[in-house]
Amino acid sequence: MIYGVAILAGCFLVGTVVGELIGAVMGVDSNVGGVGVAMLLLIIVVDKLVKSGKIAKASLDGLSFWNQMYIPVVIAMAASQNVLGALTGGPLAIIAGIAVVVISWACVPLLSGKQKEKESSYSNAAIRGEADA
Amino acid sequence: MLDMIKNVFVDNGLVTAFLVVGLTMWIAYFISGKLTKGRIHGSAIAIVLGLVLAYIGGVVTEGTKGISDISFMAGMGFLGGSMLRDFAIVATSFGANFDEIKKAGFRGVISLFLGVVLSFAIGAIFAFMFGYRNSVDIATIGAGTATYIVGPVTGAALGASSEVIAISIAAGLVKSVLVMVGTPFIAKYIGLNNPMTAMVYGGLMGTTSGVAGGLAATDAKLVPYGAVTATFYTGLGCLLAPTVLFLVTDLIF
Repeated sequence: MIYGVAILAGCFLVGTVVGELIGAVMGVDSNVGGVGVAMLLLIIVVDKLVKSGKIAKASLDGLSFWNQMYIPVVIAMAASQNVLGALTGGPLAIIAGIAVVVISWACVPLLSGKQKEKESSYSNAAIRGEADA
Repeated sequence: MLDMIKNVFVDNGLVTAFLVVGLTMWIAYFISGKLTKGRIHGSAIAIVLGLVLAYIGGVVTEGTKGISDISFMAGMGFLGGSMLRDFAIVATSFGANFDEIKKAGFRGVISLFLGVVLSFAIGAIFAFMFGYRNSVDIATIGAGTATYIVGPVTGAALGASSEVIAISIAAGLVKSVLVMVGTPFIAKYIGLNNPMTAMVYGGLMGTTSGVAGGLAATDAKLVPYGAVTATFYTGLGCLLAPTVLFLVTDLIF
């Protein structure tokens, strides 16, 4: 199980380093897309390992554990937000924040085009374990 | 006795956080099942409860880190902090379909650029409507409506006043909270039920916490697709807002 967690940690750290490098090249003092890079890396690495049969089920369980810890982490994240700051930021902050979300919502269908929900193409392979974990 | 119990909680912050989050989720799933008969997803309710805790934490301590500013809840800040958040987001890509990501890649990138520019423009217009005429102020508030990180980064780069930076952070927070809470309700109206739309959504909204939380409450399977684009947004915003977008703003105002 620790191997799976280690693979995850390795991809995370490589992605973070790459993100810092991209940031440095762009002249921004922040991690640019490091998490996205790490995600793509993990998808590719796990795909290769599974296809070549070099990964044990126990290792996949290590990945699966953190996969399912995601919602608890998000709840802890929500509980650590500066909600008071959002509510007391004055009318400009509140109105601009609401407007940007509503207008962006309206733009989603324009950009994504007409997509059908294709259950078979992704849902089976997606988050393993309980459906609503 | 009470002090002793409190100290145990303080000393074992992360473990305490596991318990608190677990209880929160249990309550949320109970509400979801009994009171809404499953119509509102348990994780959506759990996230709202989390935000309520954050509000209580803010009122009690007058701090900026929600419930985690209360000493025996500090572990919540660690569990929900950027390290474990990003670690868990990366873990969601386990099982994501790479072909779907490749297929949606181009639209994902377009949505990123459009998302940053659109947010900036909307924020700038509202700043102007509220009487700001200085291009530095307008650009900082515009950047804040991108995300609450882009705002202060831009404000610091351009030398905006702390009052304006505070407004930009607040605007970004409003966006993040609204996306977290609103996504499950708006999802069916904007066709948010497939990987491609989720990637576009991540690119347009950009707030990683908002998108990740909102998609988790909508359909956990969509999280990796939304997160993969959203995680590029703040970086792109920090790059564009103080430079190109500021120059354009400066030309107009």
